[in-house]
Amino acid sequence: MTDVVMPQMGESIVEGTLTKWLKKPGERVERDEPLFEISTDKVDTEIPSPAAGVLKEVLVEEGKTVAISTVVGRIEESAGNGASAPAPAAAKQAPAAPPPPPAPSAPTLAPKAAEPAAQPEPPLVAEAPSQPPAAAAQADGDSQTGALSPLVRKMAREYGIDLRQVKGTGGGGRITKQDLDAYMSAQGARTMAQAGAPAPPAPAQSSAPAPAAAPPASRPAAPAPATPMPRAEAPRARVEPMSTMRAKIAEHMILSRRTSAHVTTVHKTDMTKIAKMRERHKTEFQQRYGYSLTYLPFVIAAAVEAIRAYPIVNASIEGNNIIYHNEINIGIAVALENGLIVPVIRNADEKNVTGLQRAVVDLSTRARSRQLKPDEVQGGTFSITNFGSFGSVFATPIINQPQVAILGVGSVEKIPVVVDDAIAIRSVAYLALTFDHRLIDGAVADQYTGKVKSILENWSEEVL
Amino acid sequence: MREMRTCEFRDLGRAGYAEALAIQKDLVEQRKQGLIPDQLLIVEHPHVITLGRNGHRENLLANEEELRRAGIEFHPSDRGGDITYHGPGQIVGYPILDLREWKRDVVAYVRAIELVIIDALAEFGIQAGRLEGCTGVWVNGRKVAAIGVHISRWVTSHGFALNHTTDLKYFQYIVPCGLTKPVTSMEELGSHAGRDEVAAALARQFAKHFQFEEYTGRNACATTMETIS
Repeated sequence: MTDVVMPQMGESIVEGTLTKWLKKPGERVERDEPLFEISTDKVDTEIPSPAAGVLKEVLVEEGKTVAISTVVGRIEESAGNGASAPAPAAAKQAPAAPPPPPAPSAPTLAPKAAEPAAQPEPPLVAEAPSQPPAAAAQADGDSQTGALSPLVRKMAREYGIDLRQVKGTGGGGRITKQDLDAYMSAQGARTMAQAGAPAPPAPAQSSAPAPAAAPPASRPAAPAPATPMPRAEAPRARVEPMSTMRAKIAEHMILSRRTSAHVTTVHKTDMTKIAKMRERHKTEFQQRYGYSLTYLPFVIAAAVEAIRAYPIVNASIEGNNIIYHNEINIGIAVALENGLIVPVIRNADEKNVTGLQRAVVDLSTRARSRQLKPDEVQGGTFSITNFGSFGSVFATPIINQPQVAILGVGSVEKIPVVVDDAIAIRSVAYLALTFDHRLIDGAVADQYTGKVKSILENWSEEVL
Repeated sequence: MREMRTCEFRDLGRAGYAEALAIQKDLVEQRKQGLIPDQLLIVEHPHVITLGRNGHRENLLANEEELRRAGIEFHPSDRGGDITYHGPGQIVGYPILDLREWKRDVVAYVRAIELVIIDALAEFGIQAGRLEGCTGVWVNGRKVAAIGVHISRWVTSHGFALNHTTDLKYFQYIVPCGLTKPVTSMEELGSHAGRDEVAAALARQFAKHFQFEEYTGRNACATTMETIS
């Protein structure tokens, strides 16, 4: 067997991301034929195979970042002696873990694995033949924290790991992500041992008094494997990079919190009239337009009309200037599978309820299929978020910068209310307006929200 | 001292992305076999949006139909990096180097490419620099040049794209390289330098930073690269 290792593609490089296997386990590869690809800082590199033979094992999956010299796979040079090499599945991605009590390991990636791990192979990487000579010299020095990758530093911070307790196996004895993974797995194993539990694959260990060094115990356990696995191998967490959209959302949310003085005011709104009208027109509307009539277009129409009375809600701040927008462009928050986008209904004041409903359906459909044009997510002057559709009664939304207010719509529920000293059943929703207190005073915010409420409660215009 | 190293410069003028890709592929093969010295191709592409192998499709903000209507081609690519736009007014450089004859270091290579562009821009009075963690060349937080590289057996392909007089509105279709940071061009930064002048400066700085003792110009089109020798 020939080990395939993560090559060092430059002096300063301590780890690489394996982006693609160009061969599958069991496939034949020639010496120097491209075997896998790695990615480092805008550079994609094809790595040739160190030997001719059959790719026996893939030890590092695509997308994983590992330290240089980590064994990422193995090649069997001749087809004859296969039986002698059981798959050390347990070692799949925990290089240099302090060897846990060798439990029988379940074969995972290896294509055939005749008998399960009679003899677990030594931890990967530990021998690291191509490490720079400096590695051994300072392997357990505790002043090495200066040379850590940002990822490692972040992980250590997040999980409260004392890096002096972690053995580094990277170039120059550096601590890599895998070292932390291994360390955390080992800590997890220790926690289990103390609890004395027989360790079924369930997050049951959280009841055990965790040693101080294992704060991950308080976190939700990673997805439990379907088949019983050696406990020490279950990762305590899964680390994955943010998608661009997620990073942008994160950036925007914090920016908004930093920028605006958020205050939320909530008005209870009687939606009975709207509910009845909706009930009356539901079937016909659906037949005529092919989509249903919801509460949202009524709320948008009311919000827009109220903006005419209180234009400051439709403003933004630039330096010491207040920009009053002449256009009323309403952003509608749309939940995506893994994120959120706020497409904009332009000139919403020129549309009636039917037109608004159509715009909502159109924009949200295209948002979910990622077909929005760039200018359809720009230029909003006020936003509406409809968390009621997910069952929330009320919430405190974050302002969509550079706007100064956002209206949140809670779910419409039938509740008993007192009307003229009698108890009646009414359809009620909470309208939550988050406003930027730098620009909008509480009184104005309440007058505005009160106006929205009054428009909705006294709705008379027919839809069809 | 290492032996005399030579680089050939080829200005392909205007060439389609696929066409330039085929030329690169061919030259990479020849370079691997040692049939030719290192190369620097300079080219200008028609409107095209390319997506790196590890790029994210969601950084493309328009669908392919919209791109077609806007006259923009879409092309997946095997370079590193995310999504980018090429088009008229942009000077694209594709170095085909055997890094074993320079440094076996992919990060040093990318840093050197950045330096080539920074020093070339300095010749036109533009103070550009790096942005920690964001490969490329930046001027006041705006990206003026993008970098994306592919390496096979230490031979490089793909390279850099410098916005010279690029119409920046085309970047609205993408999140360049997955970053939500603005782009700029030499023109926007107030430079009136001509295309050939800039290409020559790039070639000159390229030769300097990659320590080529000898360089020859080989022009696929009329523009001259003699100024560099």
